[in-house]
Amino acid sequence: MKITEAASERHVLAVTVDNEPGILAKITGLFTARGYNIDSLTVADITEDHAVSRITIVTNGPPSVIDQIEAQLERLVPVHKVTDLTTAGPHVERELALIKVTGTGEKRVEALRLADIFRARPVDTTTESFIFEITGPPDKVDSFIALMRELGLVEVGRTGVVGMLRGPQGA
Amino acid sequence: MPGQPDKAPAPTSSDTSPAMSGAAILVHELVEQGVEFVFGYPGGAVLPIYDELFGDERIRHILVRHEAGAAHAAEGYARATGKPGVVLVTSGPGATNAVTGIADAWMDSIPLVVITGQVPTALIGTDAFQEADTVGITRHCTKHNYLVKDPADLAATVKEAFRIATTGRPGPVVIDIPKNVQIAVPSERRALTRAGSHRYAPQTVAPAEQIIEAVELIANAQRPIFYTGGGVINSGPEASRLLRQLQDITGAPVTSTLMGLGAFPSAHPDWLGMLGMHGTYEANMAMNKCDVMVCIGARFDDRVTGRLDAFSPGSKKIHIDIDRSSINKTVPVDMGIVGDCGTVLAQLIEAWGSRQAKNLGEWKARIAGWRARECLAYPERSAKNPGMIMPQKAVERLHALTHQRNPIITTEVGQHQMWAAQYFGFEDPNKWLTSGGLGTMGYGLPAAIGAQLGFPDALVIDIAGEASIQMNIQELGTASQYRLPVKIFILNNEYMGMVRQWQELTYESRYSNSYSDSLPDFVKLAEAYGWKGIRITEERDLDDGIMRMLDHNGPVIVDCLVAQDANCLPMIPSGAAHTEMLLYGDKVDGTMDDEAKALV
Repeated sequence: MKITEAASERHVLAVTVDNEPGILAKITGLFTARGYNIDSLTVADITEDHAVSRITIVTNGPPSVIDQIEAQLERLVPVHKVTDLTTAGPHVERELALIKVTGTGEKRVEALRLADIFRARPVDTTTESFIFEITGPPDKVDSFIALMRELGLVEVGRTGVVGMLRGPQGA
Repeated sequence: MPGQPDKAPAPTSSDTSPAMSGAAILVHELVEQGVEFVFGYPGGAVLPIYDELFGDERIRHILVRHEAGAAHAAEGYARATGKPGVVLVTSGPGATNAVTGIADAWMDSIPLVVITGQVPTALIGTDAFQEADTVGITRHCTKHNYLVKDPADLAATVKEAFRIATTGRPGPVVIDIPKNVQIAVPSERRALTRAGSHRYAPQTVAPAEQIIEAVELIANAQRPIFYTGGGVINSGPEASRLLRQLQDITGAPVTSTLMGLGAFPSAHPDWLGMLGMHGTYEANMAMNKCDVMVCIGARFDDRVTGRLDAFSPGSKKIHIDIDRSSINKTVPVDMGIVGDCGTVLAQLIEAWGSRQAKNLGEWKARIAGWRARECLAYPERSAKNPGMIMPQKAVERLHALTHQRNPIITTEVGQHQMWAAQYFGFEDPNKWLTSGGLGTMGYGLPAAIGAQLGFPDALVIDIAGEASIQMNIQELGTASQYRLPVKIFILNNEYMGMVRQWQELTYESRYSNSYSDSLPDFVKLAEAYGWKGIRITEERDLDDGIMRMLDHNGPVIVDCLVAQDANCLPMIPSGAAHTEMLLYGDKVDGTMDDEAKALV
């Protein structure tokens, strides 16, 4: 028998939640239990009293599944609000990455030159390595990592996407 | 905690003595919530709470024989009374044993508050004796759960737990309380710091423009149908009354899921019977051919829809549900209305106003044609056991001899459950308690105990199978202890009948492990527990046996031996459409392709 999957769309969801124990497990568990995908997930508390956290989830799935993901998230008691940034309108996505590259001679110079073009900043240097810090939309980070791969890439750490709607209104 | 002041007359909610321990606060809050019964089983990690309950006149503790029984009994109580069921179990195995009942309540949207003991906070995470990560284990089978680490949070947590369990789409809520939190005396009471206005606010009223649009759709339908579910029952008896009223003014025929039986009276001429896998031919055909379907508090379960791409292909679908995530989950609908069934029904009736219903004569005539197939007819005699009682006949006679007493019927899970749904007519809500979503064998006996406690004078019958009943048979002792006159009516065919039926239909009658070997003598078993035991073997003794069961003022097991080869029909085979039902007399080749085999 065949097991088929429908065509996927990428969506960025901003979820505000009560900052209480187990909420992250509840959300990630919901995704595994119902067979949804998580491409990236970031979380940090965002209020002065540490009572509310904002979780940004990048997911993918057919439109009907994305709708279910939003509905299932909204059903959780500690969830305040789910905003699908992808459908809500123009929005900004940013991600931070740390990228370690080793090399000497021309490769090292080329790495530094490319870093400059991408506005990546060296945050650690030895005579044979750099750690670059780069911030930007995920595809920019992807491109930079792809270039560094040819110039002695050793290690990558990425934060995952944080997103926000453009314009004066909040999500 | 000797000398605690809370044993005095119940203080008011504002007057809670600061000297109360966590356990005393818990009991006090349960009383505040109007809890009559706690279904539980003691153990090390809940001893402080049990000590508070000792001699407490306000709450009656029902001692079960296994924690699964506690959860199912609480479910039965909740389904019959509409009030939340409360469970109290210890840590570790106490909690894990209750998980099946919690998952059952989750699937069927039954309000439960389950209090579990936990090892002291300092020992959490050390693999201590009887430690289990209860909050982790129950995270995805509860509506919400809590680990209370500070007794100052306890009162507010219990309050919120009851609110969450009983409002919106009801469901189970677990409160895990470490033993030291039960003993500690908090110096203050905290409100839940997180209980802001954004947290948990279910929508009950539908937007007016949606109601107007829905009324237009219904009023202009040529072939409307109401497809109702457990949400109508959960919404309260008023919702069932409003459903009957809306049906009356629109004239649309009504079918229901297993969970929704009783919301609409089975004696009504526009009642189509249950729909779905073992639903009636007329209900499934009407679902397939309708032009406007109004789904009220049901969730397009796979047992209801059959093959999804062939499900009611030409209809406009309106779905009323309090849970937004139920809408468009498996079946895309034209109009999703988020709201409480009762509230939305009242809104629809008001918006309908004094409209005249369309003449649905042509539609009703087609339905009459489908009814004429008499899909629930069954052979007089079994081919294998021609002398034995047909199980359908047993349920029909049970209904005939008891329906005037308006009984509460519980079931286990399997063929007997479907026969009960098909042949026992229900006229009122909250009279039919069955495990629909999770399909939990062993549900019926403890559920009957819970229902009987809620309604001490009611006739409560667990229609059971000989296999299912053994899954929580230990609860016979609970009924004996509390003098509950529960009746168990076993349709004994010596097989896990539904498994056997599927093996006949799908695996060429290779009956792998579905024979109920080494059965106990149920009559002697009944007597061992102080129950009355009755065995019925001949059809001519059927009525007499049922009457003897009814006449006995105490608990009774009836072991009714029935034909072993009877199948539960009609049936939509897995992977088939509503229009492809198997009826009695249809030839079955006993195999299926892998695509169909893979479906449950």
